[in-house]
Amino acid sequence: MSSPLRREDVAHVAKLARLTLSEAELDLFTAQLGQVLEHANDMNALDLDGVVPTAHPFGLVNVVRDDELRPCLDHDRVMAMAPDAQDGRFAVPRILGEAP
Amino acid sequence: MNSAEQIARDVQSGSMSATSVLQMSLDAIRARNEELNVFLYVDEEGAFETASSIDARIAKGEDVGPLAGVPVALKDNLCQDGIPTTCSSKILEGWRPPYNATVIDRLLAAGAVPVGKTNLDEFAMGSSTENSAFGPTRNPLNPSRVPGGSSGGSAAAVAADMTPLALGSDTGGSIRQPAALCGLVGMKPSYGLVSRYGLIAFASSLDQIGPLTKSVTDAAMLLEAIAGHDEMDSTSLAEPAPSLVAHVNDGVAGKRIGLVRELIDGADEDVVASVERAVEALREAGATIVELSVPEFRLGLSAYYLIAPAEASSNLARFDGVRYGLRVNEGDVTAMMEATRTAGFGDEVKRRIMLGTYALSAGYYDAYYGQALKVRTLTIDAFARAYQQADLLLGATTPSVAFEFGSKTSNPMAMYLSDVFTIPSNLSGEPAISVPFGTGEAGLPTGVQLLGPGRSEATLFAAARVLEIAND
Repeated sequence: MSSPLRREDVAHVAKLARLTLSEAELDLFTAQLGQVLEHANDMNALDLDGVVPTAHPFGLVNVVRDDELRPCLDHDRVMAMAPDAQDGRFAVPRILGEAP
Repeated sequence: MNSAEQIARDVQSGSMSATSVLQMSLDAIRARNEELNVFLYVDEEGAFETASSIDARIAKGEDVGPLAGVPVALKDNLCQDGIPTTCSSKILEGWRPPYNATVIDRLLAAGAVPVGKTNLDEFAMGSSTENSAFGPTRNPLNPSRVPGGSSGGSAAAVAADMTPLALGSDTGGSIRQPAALCGLVGMKPSYGLVSRYGLIAFASSLDQIGPLTKSVTDAAMLLEAIAGHDEMDSTSLAEPAPSLVAHVNDGVAGKRIGLVRELIDGADEDVVASVERAVEALREAGATIVELSVPEFRLGLSAYYLIAPAEASSNLARFDGVRYGLRVNEGDVTAMMEATRTAGFGDEVKRRIMLGTYALSAGYYDAYYGQALKVRTLTIDAFARAYQQADLLLGATTPSVAFEFGSKTSNPMAMYLSDVFTIPSNLSGEPAISVPFGTGEAGLPTGVQLLGPGRSEATLFAAARVLEIAND
């Protein structure tokens, strides 16, 4: 797994993460992220077969509260902080492309 | 500025008003904020309203709480109703939350006076506060040095006597590291002891809010006020706030304290010398010192720098220009989101989002994220074994004293190494405290770190108090 990070990997990841990178940034981030991943390779010397992964310190499951109505955030105040709103709803630019 | 303990006593007894205490705090902020860049926002009006109502209630003979009239600085990743909250990011510039974080409601209920929001590394990602979109904070003890990070503004507020108390958040050392670099007490509590409701998430399984103060007693008072179950945070522990202040002077007689080789290896000589003197002080106070090796701690950094970015990449997906914060209008909705995130996030945040996205992406998940989660298990098991031989563990908080501006900014990996001693406790979810002990290079303070098993805060404060007394 000591696959060094390639420039096209970084470009692909940036696309997934909805970030635009300049050519210079692509070079810089490829080198910097590669360094971190290289450091992470020390974990691969370990035999971790059979070790249970921990995603959370307590391993909480299904914390539920009573099903009771209670006040929530004030709708008008929340909408007032939106970059764009219409009729009490968040407004966004066109979602669907032009018909082919 | 007096300790929180002293201020609360004076305000409760009526020998000092909350408004006059607040005035001193605001004067101190005015005197040095421009030079040090500590506060991003000072809520003068709101703070005076809070202080005046405390004075009015005291005049009527009411009990206003254990932190009566004590000014508190808040890291700017804590939501405060109607007060600008930025996470030191352009993507949230101008946003005002419509609600209070639970810790802020609890501070108000305890009689404290929130005065303003402090600078941090953008979204708490960094160890020097140099990653803030609003410029770095300077270390009040030596303005050519960093205050540490990411809670660098909160540390500087207390170190510069602007407020006696500050809240920070600690995901990989972001309370303890700046505390060490600014000569303060800083604690990361057990995961779940303090509600995270209203703390803007960086890495949800690691984040924890905690105190930065000048004294151990003040830290215990502040933590006691904010701890305890909160139904708004499903990961908060079920039990009410523990009693901490009452145990501060319990001492360490009969305690076994493990000096961990991996928590001093690689630290500068001055830092190691301070840890060695701390060993002597604890021994003189009646503790037994055992030397331990916990090799798994060395792997913590690698696991952390995959787990934390993975969680961050998911948590920060919400900043898309739709519901709050910045929007850069461009083309269709996807182009708008991409333009907004590209303009709104700084380089370090982009690096971590990409690292996390990569670690979680198809074909790499098992090799990176999956492997890191297994190493997290090894770390937790290693702590449990260490706690069979010792009640608490001891080491350095940071590898060096406060460093110069720019010395690590071009090399992210060098910056990440600042967190090597603090990360294990975040992975295990267990508490740890940094106590100022001794001085090092250029007369700057060195921090000693005590680590304990889950819910051992009272024992940690007591041991920290022993060091505090020995350091005076």
